Amino acid sequence: MKTLLDCHKACIVKVIKLNTKGDLKQRLISFGIMKETVLEVLEHAPGKSTIEIKVGKMRIALRAQEAQLIEVQKI
Amino acid sequence: MNIVDPKACPITANHIKVALVGQPNVGKSMLINSVSNAHLHVGNFSGVTVDKTEVLFDYEEYSFTVVDLPGTYAFTDYTIEERVTHDYLCAEDYDIIINVVDSTNLEKNLQLTSELLTMSKKVVIALNMSDEADKEKILINAEYMSELIGVPCVRVSAVTKEGIGALIEAVIKKHENVRNKPKLFFSEPVEEEIAQIVWYLDKHRFDSANTHRNIAINLLKNNKKTYAKLHDEPIWTELQPILIEASKHIELHHDSDDIKEAFAEEYAAFNRGIVAEVVKQEIKQSKRTTTEKIDSVLIHPIFGIPIFLFFMWSLFQLTFEVGAIPMEYIDAFFIWFGDTLGATIANDDIRSLIVDGIIAGVGAVVLFVPNIIILFIGIALLESTGYMSRVAFLLDGFFHKFGLHGQSFIPLVTGFGCSIPAYMSARILKNDRDRLLTLFIIGFMSCGARLPVYVLFAGAFFSPEMAGNILFIIYISGALLGLAAAKILKLTAFKGLDEPFVMEMPKYRLPSVKLVWHTVLTKTMMYLKKAGTYIAAASMLIWFLSNYPHNLILEESYSAKISMTAKAEVKRDLQYELDEALLEQSYLGRIGKFSEPIFAPLGFDWKMSVALQTGLAAKEVVVSTLGVLYSLGGEVNHESTSLMGAISKNISFASAVAFIVVIMIYLPCLAASVVFTREAGHIKYFFYLLLFTSIVAYVMAFIAYNLTLLLL
Repeated sequence: MKTLLDCHKACIVKVIKLNTKGDLKQRLISFGIMKETVLEVLEHAPGKSTIEIKVGKMRIALRAQEAQLIEVQKI
Repeated sequence: MNIVDPKACPITANHIKVALVGQPNVGKSMLINSVSNAHLHVGNFSGVTVDKTEVLFDYEEYSFTVVDLPGTYAFTDYTIEERVTHDYLCAEDYDIIINVVDSTNLEKNLQLTSELLTMSKKVVIALNMSDEADKEKILINAEYMSELIGVPCVRVSAVTKEGIGALIEAVIKKHENVRNKPKLFFSEPVEEEIAQIVWYLDKHRFDSANTHRNIAINLLKNNKKTYAKLHDEPIWTELQPILIEASKHIELHHDSDDIKEAFAEEYAAFNRGIVAEVVKQEIKQSKRTTTEKIDSVLIHPIFGIPIFLFFMWSLFQLTFEVGAIPMEYIDAFFIWFGDTLGATIANDDIRSLIVDGIIAGVGAVVLFVPNIIILFIGIALLESTGYMSRVAFLLDGFFHKFGLHGQSFIPLVTGFGCSIPAYMSARILKNDRDRLLTLFIIGFMSCGARLPVYVLFAGAFFSPEMAGNILFIIYISGALLGLAAAKILKLTAFKGLDEPFVMEMPKYRLPSVKLVWHTVLTKTMMYLKKAGTYIAAASMLIWFLSNYPHNLILEESYSAKISMTAKAEVKRDLQYELDEALLEQSYLGRIGKFSEPIFAPLGFDWKMSVALQTGLAAKEVVVSTLGVLYSLGGEVNHESTSLMGAISKNISFASAVAFIVVIMIYLPCLAASVVFTREAGHIKYFFYLLLFTSIVAYVMAFIAYNLTLLLL
């Protein structure tokens, strides 16, 4: 199982599953992160603690713990 | 079309109440500003508007009330601001919704739009930022879009004011129009289930303000309010099994056990369809955008943080260096003004009240206006360019170690300007514990009102070349102290799990000169207004307390001594001695003397003790108190004319360091304390804050004082 956290910079992936429930899942969905969404990893903060991804035209910052919950597949 | 008088808006037959809704940072407040000439605060990050604001204006024979609601990504109650919007839309009374969307990112914005369309409210869509879309060669066919989704869509730009008139016209037209049928379609399987529920509701002639289709959609989406409404109806027993079956089908179709997720996917598919139909983009954006290019430098894993620190350092250097240039002129002006005005007043007491009280007190505060302006410009730039969110991104990992949320950065930076908006912007934090923790340490971020105290002391003890660095050190060490305090609080009072961090990074925008100018002007005028009213009154009070009661015996005994000597020098020294003795036995002197033992371990004389106490009202008063006390005591006239000179002469370096430490940490001003209590939700938190800051301030100042004595 590959998660968003495992992706390198400039990697383009597709979301397979959101391994989370409740508020956080709603939050991710409201940012447009759901099944089949295509994401691009833009940048990692120092120590890979936070990552910046691109969803459509929007750039979103996520913490490593949250990125780990997003199951992805390379395309 | 422009407003006449914002207050003149009677509730008439032609009154239209508009709810302004949109995702964060799409320019809702800016749109209101250009429609009505109001001056709402705008910035380039999500969460500038945290509470609803009403703006009134007139257009032709209609009067409008526009309610600016905080931005929300979807209909959720994730943060307090989202709850404000959601509650308002569901429960309050309004005529029409203007849904503001960002034309350059239509697909994402339509997510909220599609949810609004199921509300049975009249909706007009404002395709905002059309100027930016034009620049990016994104063409939106507004007419076709209006036709497709069944609500009017108008191209507007809050910046260039293009299309504003058309938008208002569309709102009026929609308001007059009785028919309201937005078109929102789902996939075949979902439509089938909806049709079945609608058929059932139709059959039973279910009576409701909302359409049966919308009720069906809301039921399928597990909307709690709709459920509660239908739960008590007799048809419920028959409806329930149909619903359960329908939900199962939809979940099966979407291969998910979460109906909300299934609907989000439905909406997303609908939106993709709309965007594919109405948006034409001439050039494919395969290349990296400007924002991404800038980001590759500014949030670079290695250089990002040094670049940020360099920006902050430059800001404080500028604050001191450039801010110092007009200072001597302002200082000279007030001395001249005091002398000139004083010469025309015959009565000694009144002259002293005006010259030594009001002019010295207000002058001491006005002196720092140049510094304040530079600091405010810096913060306005940080807010309007979009850099703020980048710093939150860079620092989240670091902040997280101290138990803070990356988004805490936004209220904390706002705190460098003024604590009051900072306390309010803490609402972007979802979790109550995170929010309280942030509220407690906002005070550690030195606000603009404390800047005068720092500039005064830095200028008194350091050369002009060093003073800027000293300012930077003071601010940074205040912030670091705040982080340490956060860690301690997180480990003790606010234990708990960490909240997720998911934040949008806005596009970089060139700050508009007008916008920055306006923000800075408003804040500066507020500072000056405070100096003219609040500070002037406080100065009068302090003057009174430091001049009364008169001690005639003391005065007579000295005047006898003075008249006996012939030497001018001795005469002058005796006069100073008298002034000093008089000040010490005044009311203020007594308060100072009374509290002196408490502050003695920190190396403060009674004047400093008094200044700290008056500073509880507002931090600028610290400066004006020192100004009044040292000008009355005679030190100011001794050799140096300025307060800076008086301070470097009368206060030891170690005491000054301890004094700065206390100013950095102790309770913010009265107004901020009130806002803190309101935002924290209970008066008990204020007492915790009082206790917490006082103890930390005292202990840290004690350490700083003794350490400085030891080292020097």
